[in-house]
Amino acid sequence: MATATVAVARPLAGGRRSDLRSIMFAGVLWACLAAACIFLFFVLAVIVQKGVERFDVNLVTRPPSTIRPQTAGVEPAIYGTLWVIGMTALIALPLGIGAAIYLEEYANPRRWYNRLIELNVQNLAAVPAIIYGILTLAFVVRGPISIGAVALAGAIALALLILPVIIITTREALRAVPAEIRSGSLALGATRWQTTWKLVLPSAVPGIATGSILALSRAIGEAAPLILVGATTFITFLPDGPMSRYTVLPVQIYNLVPQDRDAFRDLAYAAILLLIVILLAMNALAIWLRNRYQRRW
Amino acid sequence: MGIQLKARRRRVGERVIEAVLAGAAGLSVLVTVGIVVSLFAPLGTFFAHVNPFEFLFGTEWTAAFGNKASWDDKKWGVLPLVAATFMTTLIALAVAVPLGLGTAMFLSEYASQRARKVLKPLLEVLAGVPTVVYGFIALTAVTPLLKPLFGIPELYNMLAPGIVMGFMIVPTVASLSEDAMSAVPSALRQGSYALGANRMKTTLRVVFPAALSGIMAAIVLGISRAIGETMIMAVAVGNLAQLTFDPRQPAQTMTAFIAQIASGDAPVGSPVYYSLFAVGALLFVITLVMNLVSIQLVRKFRQAY
Repeated sequence: MATATVAVARPLAGGRRSDLRSIMFAGVLWACLAAACIFLFFVLAVIVQKGVERFDVNLVTRPPSTIRPQTAGVEPAIYGTLWVIGMTALIALPLGIGAAIYLEEYANPRRWYNRLIELNVQNLAAVPAIIYGILTLAFVVRGPISIGAVALAGAIALALLILPVIIITTREALRAVPAEIRSGSLALGATRWQTTWKLVLPSAVPGIATGSILALSRAIGEAAPLILVGATTFITFLPDGPMSRYTVLPVQIYNLVPQDRDAFRDLAYAAILLLIVILLAMNALAIWLRNRYQRRW
Repeated sequence: MGIQLKARRRRVGERVIEAVLAGAAGLSVLVTVGIVVSLFAPLGTFFAHVNPFEFLFGTEWTAAFGNKASWDDKKWGVLPLVAATFMTTLIALAVAVPLGLGTAMFLSEYASQRARKVLKPLLEVLAGVPTVVYGFIALTAVTPLLKPLFGIPELYNMLAPGIVMGFMIVPTVASLSEDAMSAVPSALRQGSYALGANRMKTTLRVVFPAALSGIMAAIVLGISRAIGETMIMAVAVGNLAQLTFDPRQPAQTMTAFIAQIASGDAPVGSPVYYSLFAVGALLFVITLVMNLVSIQLVRKFRQAY
């Protein structure tokens, strides 16, 4: 019924297209979007133009150097990023997906404690990243756990940071699976967990994967919390485990800022280019997954 | 032998799984508790040495200077940091609100399904660029562009990072506002068209007011992100804690102060170490209020339709 009404209404609106002000208004709206896109292309153009010069083998096979920035690289930061993000995924994905399954499939939304958890997750998603650094500094680096400023501490900070994002996107993916699927399964005698594990989760995997990749790509680019948990140390060796001292790409870039010589700037832009290429690849993968596998019910 | 509908085995495994999942969800509450404890526990020591009134209303902040072990040779007025945060946020909003709302209106009311499918991921990329990269862009590409236009005296200023941060939060404002506008039932639009309004009038006078609480939520969330943004500010605003409302001047935001102290050496137990938690706590409280307002507004627009 609704579509029939639209079919009548649209020509009426279209008939008024001649109204000049309306066309100008559409132009202004279009310009807003265009401005945002132009800024994005400006940023990418600057990065490519300034980064391509030092985008060479040295960048990924050499440690940083204060003496010879012309041939220095960011190899330890690349290894650090791999270690930290790997551990971040191991911590954040099971916890986040588990919490989302509880909230979406098990929790009774009328109970006060479930509502509290929900409000809490929404707020955590918007807590400034640097606050997670303070939290990890107080409890993990020092304080009760005291493992020091090691890669695992950085991973914990990033995992806590992206946990709410993973919970929210996973819940959306689970919610998109129609209730009939669950009812049918339960009616056939399956338990709630069998229903969730064998029917709901498999259907939601593309959505969960997309959200998780985007959350991890946010973690890869994040520097603020890691500044507080020891990633700013000058490191020339490759980190070799969770308890190793470390740095990561975005913090390495941050450390190159105070250096005034052009060679350091060039190196920083080359590292930025590398970081952007990684992130764009992850973004593309997430979008591809979403378009390729997402089911419309 | 009929089917026994009553006899049910006790499913211990089911219970265990539910408990584990509930534990994962409960952990998020623990994170909040941890944040509050980690920020507020050191405040006792801080306010034993610093008068809370002086902290909140003092106009000079010299925490990073002087003798590292001394409380008395420093000024602990947080207003310069708050003012810089306020200024950069305001500049960012001046960019993000018009562009974000314009983009949202275009995507929700004008763009075709296909155009939306291409444009939305493109906008997401804008939010996905690491903020340290934006800081670098502000410092090395945007500031040189603005320098002759506005007569910026030195390299560091609040204007360029503020503008760059504004573009960064355009997707935040646009995507939430678009959700709110798309949620307005099409019956309202059709009613407006039937009365002879064109698309501009329908967008501005019907859809926009109907989606207003969602749009406000988007803006408040944008403000919260701007206040908490660290890396752009740490790189490009200049780490100079001075009370100024001139956007061409260098300054230091609350977040940039935390980053500066954390990346230098702040001996555990030193005054400046404690001040990091005091500024962090203030930052957390401000963003918490913003977030709760935003969440409440979103609920309102969800209930309406």
